[in-house]
Amino acid sequence: MAGLVARVVVTPKRGILDPQGKAVQQALHTLGFGEVADVRVGKYVELRLRDLAPAEAEARVRAMCERLLANGVIEDFRVDVAAERA
Amino acid sequence: MRWGVVTFPGSNDDRDVLRVAERVLGDEAVPLWHKDTDLRGVDCVVLPGGFAYGDYLRCGALARFSPIMEAVRAHAAAGGLVLGTCNGFQILCEAGLLPGALVRNRSLRFVCDVVTVRVERADTPFTYGCRVGDLLALPIKHGEGCWVADEATLAALEAAGQVVFRYTDRAGRAVAEANPNGSMANIAGVCNSERNVLGLMPHPEHAVERLVGGEDGLRLFRSVQAWLGRGAAGGRREPTVVPGP
Repeated sequence: MAGLVARVVVTPKRGILDPQGKAVQQALHTLGFGEVADVRVGKYVELRLRDLAPAEAEARVRAMCERLLANGVIEDFRVDVAAERA
Repeated sequence: MRWGVVTFPGSNDDRDVLRVAERVLGDEAVPLWHKDTDLRGVDCVVLPGGFAYGDYLRCGALARFSPIMEAVRAHAAAGGLVLGTCNGFQILCEAGLLPGALVRNRSLRFVCDVVTVRVERADTPFTYGCRVGDLLALPIKHGEGCWVADEATLAALEAAGQVVFRYTDRAGRAVAEANPNGSMANIAGVCNSERNVLGLMPHPEHAVERLVGGEDGLRLFRSVQAWLGRGAAGGRREPTVVPGP
């Protein structure tokens, strides 16, 4: 079975203060990128999966996010699963 | 009484709490390792400050899966007392034993200071010997102490009287300037709905002797002693229920 790669992006929830995002936004403005209206800094987690059918993978990774990779009180997450490139 | 103190890999206030229990309070102090699965009959288990698992992923996110946490969960469910300070508070939130979460300080800076906190509730085992409105001077030292929750959760906590400590100025006013980390509603500590689990960012264990750091933190430990012994010395006194702010 071909390997799979899951890409998980975790971001601060809307409405939850993101002080890092605010600081980055200010820095970008200082550098002349005035068009930046909002910045949210999150996390990227890449998982290589084995022995898992593609159909099951997304549900498994979502379960990982709910249990550990993201904290639902403060964070949202997105999951993308693709075949691993040889 | 018996105090249990959990050491996770990366805890660093565990010995301070053990010292308070044994040397300052004259109680039994039971060191517990995070891989233990039994709390050895302690009355109150303390999750101390530090950087469990290096704060990897999120503060407390990995520590909550340590084997001992199942025992802590069962202890709490049975009405046993659980106190989390700083990193311990973060672990209790991650474990879902306390509401909300602790994120980066709004200033993005690590804060190390002595702050004033106001006692909001005297009807918890941890504030049993305090009065509502009492001001305590307690040390803080954290980078992720900004307590957040959604508005509905915050409103429910306020209504249920689960906000136990708030950062204030020395006059007891919960103003923005007295908030060291940007916590919603100046929240420094919350308890669960059953009131037997408390978490706070300040460090009561670092304020137990007049010579160093003051004695205000001792009031939490003495409260627990008094609460547990409340039936023993005659004249049973139930926790005073007082209206919230």
